[in-house]
Amino acid sequence: MRIDAAVLGAVACGGALGALARHGLGALFPAAPGSFPWTTLAINTLGCLLIGALAGWLTASAPRRLAGPFLSTGVLGGFTTFSAFAVDVESLVRLGRSGTALAYLAATPALALAAVFAGTALIRGVRPAR
Amino acid sequence: MTALLVAVGGAAGAALRHLAGLRISSSFPWGILLANVAASFLLGLLAAGAAAGWLPGWFLTLGGAGFCGALSTYSTLAYDVLRLAESGERRAAAANLALTLAAGLAAAFAGAALGRSI
Repeated sequence: MRIDAAVLGAVACGGALGALARHGLGALFPAAPGSFPWTTLAINTLGCLLIGALAGWLTASAPRRLAGPFLSTGVLGGFTTFSAFAVDVESLVRLGRSGTALAYLAATPALALAAVFAGTALIRGVRPAR
Repeated sequence: MTALLVAVGGAAGAALRHLAGLRISSSFPWGILLANVAASFLLGLLAAGAAAGWLPGWFLTLGGAGFCGALSTYSTLAYDVLRLAESGERRAAAANLALTLAAGLAAAFAGAALGRSI
């Protein structure tokens, strides 16, 4: 396995920024224990919309070498989170909020897929593929 | 201080996820699946540990909000599902989503149970 140090560095820098943005939004809009995790849902949906748009842009515009690793793998990968989603479901179930857990469990993947599809379609509409 | 912990953990988590994706290179995104499941287990463990009092809060910020948050990803998961589906591999797309959800949730429950029993 060949590791490109510049790519790895770009991913790490992007990951730090994405994680900071996620943590900042969580601090601004905290979810009370047992309530529906709106902030994490919004973060994951927004990240999926942006990765779809970004993927369309990256394939259409012959980007710089580090743009994809920095923005997609780093920033958006660090911004969105699967682990917080999974642990939120666990804590909702443990607190007896099974209905909320189920709604959150269904809404997140549905919105994530719809958002990535919308992001891709949006950029294809603006910039037809060559 | 909190921001520094989140940034350092986030950088390490994203870098490790990138390496997992490189290491396990196949058309099915096993590396991302593994990263998401491992991060879910670890975050369950750390969050339970912080709630139970055996883990200091600063470590949850570093390891949870920073490292686990960035090691796991929803954007790449959703993008891979769409990419597989659009390239005609609908079965692989559905399997990726179903496996990640099932294994990731099981891992979070297992990690939290372990963290509470320590």
